Amino acid sequence: MMRYALRVVALTYLALLLVLPVGLIVWRTFGHGLGPFAASLSTPSAVHAIQVTAVVAFWAVLLNTVFGVGVALLLVRHEFPGKRALNALVDLPVAVSPVVVGLALILVYGAHAPVGAWLARVGIPVIFSIPGMVLATVFVALPLVARAVVPVLREMGDEQEQAAHTLGAGPLQTFGRVTLPGIRAALGYGIVLCLARSLGEYGAVAVVSGRLVGQTQTMTLFVEERFAAFDQQAAFSAATVLALAAIVILLLTKLLRSKGGA
Amino acid sequence: MATVVTAPSGAVAPGGAAHARRAPARLRRSRATAVGLGAATLYLSLVVLIPLVAVVWTSVGDGPGAFVAAVTTPSAWASLTLTVGVSLVVALVNLLLGSVIAWVLVRDTFPGKALVDLVIDLPFALPTIVAGLVLLALYGPDSPVGLDLAYTRAAIVVALLFVTLPFVVRTVQPVLGEVDREMEEAAASLGAGPWLTFRRVILPNLVPAMLSGTALAFTRAIAEFGSVVLISGNIPFRTEVAAVHVFGQIESDDTTAAAAVSTVLLVVALVALVALDLLQRRGARR
Amino acid sequence: MRVGILRAVVALLLTASLSGCVGTAATGGGAVRLSLVAYSTPQEAYGKIIAAFQKTPEGRNVTFSQSYGASGDQSRAVAAGLKADIVAFSLEPDLTRLVKQGIVAADWENAPAGGMVTDSVVIIGTRKGNPEELTGWSDLTKAGVEVLTPNPFTSGGARWNVLAAYGATSARGTQHARGVEYLGTLFGHVPVQDDSARKSLQTFTSGKGDAILAYENEAIFAQSKGQALDYTIPDSTILIENPAAVTVNSAHPEEAGAFLAFLHGPVAQKIFADNGYRPTAADVPGARSFPTPPGLFTIADLGGWDTADARFFDPAHSVMADVERRLGVSTGKK
Repeated sequence: MMRYALRVVALTYLALLLVLPVGLIVWRTFGHGLGPFAASLSTPSAVHAIQVTAVVAFWAVLLNTVFGVGVALLLVRHEFPGKRALNALVDLPVAVSPVVVGLALILVYGAHAPVGAWLARVGIPVIFSIPGMVLATVFVALPLVARAVVPVLREMGDEQEQAAHTLGAGPLQTFGRVTLPGIRAALGYGIVLCLARSLGEYGAVAVVSGRLVGQTQTMTLFVEERFAAFDQQAAFSAATVLALAAIVILLLTKLLRSKGGA
Repeated sequence: MATVVTAPSGAVAPGGAAHARRAPARLRRSRATAVGLGAATLYLSLVVLIPLVAVVWTSVGDGPGAFVAAVTTPSAWASLTLTVGVSLVVALVNLLLGSVIAWVLVRDTFPGKALVDLVIDLPFALPTIVAGLVLLALYGPDSPVGLDLAYTRAAIVVALLFVTLPFVVRTVQPVLGEVDREMEEAAASLGAGPWLTFRRVILPNLVPAMLSGTALAFTRAIAEFGSVVLISGNIPFRTEVAAVHVFGQIESDDTTAAAAVSTVLLVVALVALVALDLLQRRGARR
Repeated sequence: MRVGILRAVVALLLTASLSGCVGTAATGGGAVRLSLVAYSTPQEAYGKIIAAFQKTPEGRNVTFSQSYGASGDQSRAVAAGLKADIVAFSLEPDLTRLVKQGIVAADWENAPAGGMVTDSVVIIGTRKGNPEELTGWSDLTKAGVEVLTPNPFTSGGARWNVLAAYGATSARGTQHARGVEYLGTLFGHVPVQDDSARKSLQTFTSGKGDAILAYENEAIFAQSKGQALDYTIPDSTILIENPAAVTVNSAHPEEAGAFLAFLHGPVAQKIFADNGYRPTAADVPGARSFPTPPGLFTIADLGGWDTADARFFDPAHSVMADVERRLGVSTGKK
């Protein structure tokens, strides 16, 4: 009896909170058929939003992957003073509200801020343009790759790497031939998580973007802006695309998790 | 663009044998460590550390008095108390329901369970603004079930429950999965009822994970912005959470006040996480 | 070898994204990119005007990036470094701020119609059918009536609303105390003060409030989008005048100037009229006609923006600062 009660409670809660709302949006999006859905996403601003999202996500994932692998190797394979501090620092972005991320970046990289003013002089605008948005997305997704790779690296042990080293392999070779294949699944998992976070960021980019329609508008900003302009079809369509992307990403993570034991 | 960091792998042999061949390698390694560490620190400083320090610096830029004044203006204070209050409620609801869901996922079987398990992670992957939109569609003015929660505190609770759903579930699930069934069976064979068994045998093992997930849920909830911004109406003193308040301050160019409230949010989050860390270490010692 | 392939793929993606980056952020192939920064409500109108401009010889090779938001916030953003070639705000002080910073030339008023590209009036928006029968200023302060208006310290539209209310109830400023008293009472009936005119309209159409103070063009826009709302033009209300100008540091002053001239021309003015804005040009062919309320007054009747701003909207000491402080609402920073 208890078992059924718990099951009902759990499933009802999930249905009311998760399944029904998402289902409703998908329903409303395609309520008038595929035509309006496709049309609302083919407008120039929609296409731009997709492009901007792709560019920002690409750079954020690339930077955080390189950083993530590097810092994971540092934390697991090396000893140095301040290791605990580095560890904590990598986890720090998790505790910061996205809006605070935006504020923090404006205070340093804004046109009137010390670093930002210098960068603007040498022709690299940060805030109100793509680099600022990349920076904001890098911030929020920072720990994801590192955190996925660290446990696997630890578990892997370094005997194989040591062996490669004694056989005369250089560090790059060892990394490419020994380490990388070992962490492949976990790395994939981390990259996919990072991608999900980068695609979905809203608060931080809302602060640093300047709302330039067609230039610094990501898909998430597009959703909000279209909704505010009473363009429900476009807002819902973009939201559905993002939701479907999220589901695909979930399936990918499940696949990678079961493959590599991350 | 960031410099590509390829920290070279290499065995670290603490106190290992000092082969004549190893000595130059160790020198190379410590230099490599230094390079890698330098690069990582640079990256972290440019992206995370310096900006966050700038927030705290700006918040006290006009002196501690101005900091306190900015944080205690009626609307700022209201937003902070609302945020912390609602997040505590949400964390507790998650503690209860998240554990129930984890239990159902681990101990129960029914058709479609794998699908349910997959769906739990949706809030992790879904953009917050989309979460807000989907909740608004079902529980807002256009609600097909006639339940209009828009512009109420209930709306904030619903939005936060959505985004914090996975935390307790995912921290409790693995622990629950590893609980030793033999002990439960032993307790049962000694005549203990299911509730007693749960309380004395299972629960103690779960408590650290439950608390850990709850703390994470709390930290996530106080920071939330995207999902509440559409459905709550952001009415100052009633439904304006701290993150939305900060957003408004940034838009009004009141960066000092924004930084002050942000600093408070950061401190609260850090306190929660430090408490979590201490709890985990205590749990590990047991 | 696999690393080699991986490297090639990454390089390919990098170049693709870089060119994509450049494509969205700069000019390509001889095209000029102008940046328009405007307040929240005329987004649709400008979209159509830009399309029309691009059909003219001056606009052939011009592409636009557009940003819309609360008038005050947008003005502050431009002052803080948001790149703009043309700026359009809902009220003069947001432009004057940029003049003071040297971003807009002081002679912007020499343009046709004193630099104004559109007009409108403050209206009272209600639910369809006006069930509460709210048609005048005194109706808004009846017991239990909830009125929406944005926060005047962030939204230009809200300032127009405040001054319309004040001017109407103080006989154009001659009975100052009466006007101030009305404002205090009115804002006691305001449950939410959104930060922009567009957001305020959103809140109203979502079901909050019995009435909304808004631009006439916003009400027309909402109706055109199928929103169920009616509006009344009060007998005594203020003429809203929206300025636009080019920036001094524009990289393409010629094209920006051409666009500004286009905004004052008959094609753009008709598009504005079609979108509910009152044209500033005289006799625009084909434009709909707008009714003129008997008690229409302008900002000049209240002493001009400098006086009105100082008197009503100074964040530290002013009529609205006092009203908001009594209500406990944020007055932000100027």
